Amino acid sequence: MKQIYLDYSATTPVKREVIDTMLPFFTEVYGNASSIHSFGQEAKTVLEQSRKSIAETINATPDTFYFTGGGSESDNWALKGVMRANRKKGNHLITSKIEHHGILHTCTALEKEGFEVTYLDVDAEGMISLEALEAAITDQTVLISIMFINNEIGTMQPVKAIGEIAHKHGVLFHTDAVQAYGNVKIDVNAMNIDLMSVSGHKIYGPKGIGGLYIKKGIRIQNIIEGGAQERNRRAGTENIPGIVGFAKAAVMADEALESHREKLIYLRDKLANGIMATIPYAKYNGHPTERHPGNVNICFEFIEGEALLLSLNAKGIAGSSGSACTSGSLDPSHVLLAIGLPHEIAHGSLRLSIGDFTTEEDVDYTIESLKEIVQKLRLMSPLYDKVLKEGK
Amino acid sequence: MLYTEKVMDHFMNPRNVGEIENADGVGEVGNVKCGDIMRIYIKVDGDQIVDVKFKTFGCGSAIAASSVATELIMGKTIDEALALTNKQVIDELGGLPPVKVHCSVLAEQALKAAIYDYATKNALTFKGLEGYDPDEDHHDHDVVDIEF
Repeated sequence: MKQIYLDYSATTPVKREVIDTMLPFFTEVYGNASSIHSFGQEAKTVLEQSRKSIAETINATPDTFYFTGGGSESDNWALKGVMRANRKKGNHLITSKIEHHGILHTCTALEKEGFEVTYLDVDAEGMISLEALEAAITDQTVLISIMFINNEIGTMQPVKAIGEIAHKHGVLFHTDAVQAYGNVKIDVNAMNIDLMSVSGHKIYGPKGIGGLYIKKGIRIQNIIEGGAQERNRRAGTENIPGIVGFAKAAVMADEALESHREKLIYLRDKLANGIMATIPYAKYNGHPTERHPGNVNICFEFIEGEALLLSLNAKGIAGSSGSACTSGSLDPSHVLLAIGLPHEIAHGSLRLSIGDFTTEEDVDYTIESLKEIVQKLRLMSPLYDKVLKEGK
Repeated sequence: MLYTEKVMDHFMNPRNVGEIENADGVGEVGNVKCGDIMRIYIKVDGDQIVDVKFKTFGCGSAIAASSVATELIMGKTIDEALALTNKQVIDELGGLPPVKVHCSVLAEQALKAAIYDYATKNALTFKGLEGYDPDEDHHDHDVVDIEF
C-alpha cells in the first residue's frame, strides 16, 4: 500500500544530502572537538563552520548561536536561564496559552521556583493581542516568550511587533521558532529577537540536535553544567555528526526557501480547499493567511480524532490530532481550547502537515480518502443523527 | 500498533452499527465533552434479545468495544446480557491499553441502560438491575475494576 506521510510538523525525513554530509563524522572525523590532536581539531573546525553556516541563515554572528540537544532543551534554557539570571531585575515572564509544552511546562516549573507567569489569550485564529501583551508588562517583567509559528494550527505571530513592544519596555524577547525556521525567512536583528529556539529534525536534519540563538550581552544561566563546550555555556561533548547534518539541512532549507514555500502553500491550499469543499460540517482552524506554509488543521464535527487517524492510517495516510485520546489526557489540545473551540469540536481535529516530498497525487488521494472516512464515522455517530433527521 | 488485531478488526468492520426503529430499549452513556458517547438499541422477544444495534461517537476502542458488546449479547436472554462485564469485552478484544479500559466500561453501561429502559417501559424487574442507577455518572475514566 502507498504510504503518504502528512506529519512533517511532527518530524521530517532526513534528506539524502544531509546524511551523506554526516556519515564521515561517525567513522573518519570522529575526534572530540575539545581534543588538542588533529582528530579533535578537525572536528572543532567543522563545528565552527557549521555554527557559522547556521548563524548566517538568521543574520546572526556565529558567536551568538549555541548548539543544544533539541528544541525542548533550547526552550528550557532560554526561559530558566534568563529568569534565574535576572532575578534582581524582576520575576515576571509573559507567554501565551498556545505555546508548545517545551515552554508551558517550563513555565510551570518556574512558577514553582517563585516566578510569576502571565499566559496571554489568543483570538479565534490563534493570534495574541499586541495591546494585551503591552498591558501585561510590569516593572517586574524580564522576558516575553511567544512562539513564532504554532505547531498545531500553524498560526504565525507578529514577531517583529512583539519584539518592538518588548524592547520599548526594556524586556527581553524569546521566540520558539522550531516550526518557523526553514519555513519562513528569519532575521533576528530585523525582527527584534533576543533569543530563539530552533531544531534540526523539523527541517530534514537529524533528531537530537537543536540550537539557541542568544543575542550578545544577554544575562543567562547555564542549565547543563560540566565541561567548557559551547563557550562555557552548554556542557557535553559536541554531537558533531548531528551538528554537521543540522547545518547542511539549514543551508539547504535557506537556499531553497522561496521554492519550498511556494510548493507547500500551493499544496496546502489545494488540500484545505479540497477538504472544505467536499466535506460539510468542517472548520478550518488557524489564521487564513498568516500561517505555516504546510499546515492544514481542520475539525470535523460529530466524530473523534483518534478514530479518524486510525482510519487514515489504514489507508496509508499519516496525520495527527489534538483529540484527548491522542494526547493521552482527558482534554483535547490546549491550543484548540485556547482558540475557543468547544470540547466536542476539538475532539474531532485533524492536522495534516505537508513537506518537501508531498505530491499533488498525495493531496488528491487524501481528500478522497478523508471524504469516505469522515462519512463512515459520521454514520456511526449518535451525534450525527440530528443532522440526518433534521438537516440540522 | 496501539491496539490488538481484534480491536482494529472491530473498529474497521464494526458489527451491528445502526439503529432499530421502534426499539424496545435504548440506552445512551458518556458525554461529548470527554469525547465518547455510546448508544445501544435492543429488540426483545419474550426474554430474549433478538436484535441489537449501536451508534458510537468516540475513539477506535470505543467503537470496537461497542461492536464486541453487541456481538456478545445478540440472541442472549436479558439475564445473560445483564451478566456481561467490561472484563468480558476486554477479553473478547484481546486486551485494551489501560487508558482505554473506560471504553469497555462504557459498553457495559450502555447495554445496562438499554435494558433498564426496556424494563422501565414494561414495568419489569431484573435481578441484574438491582441497585442500578441510570443517573449515575458512567463516565469515570479512572474506572479500572478489572484485574490485569
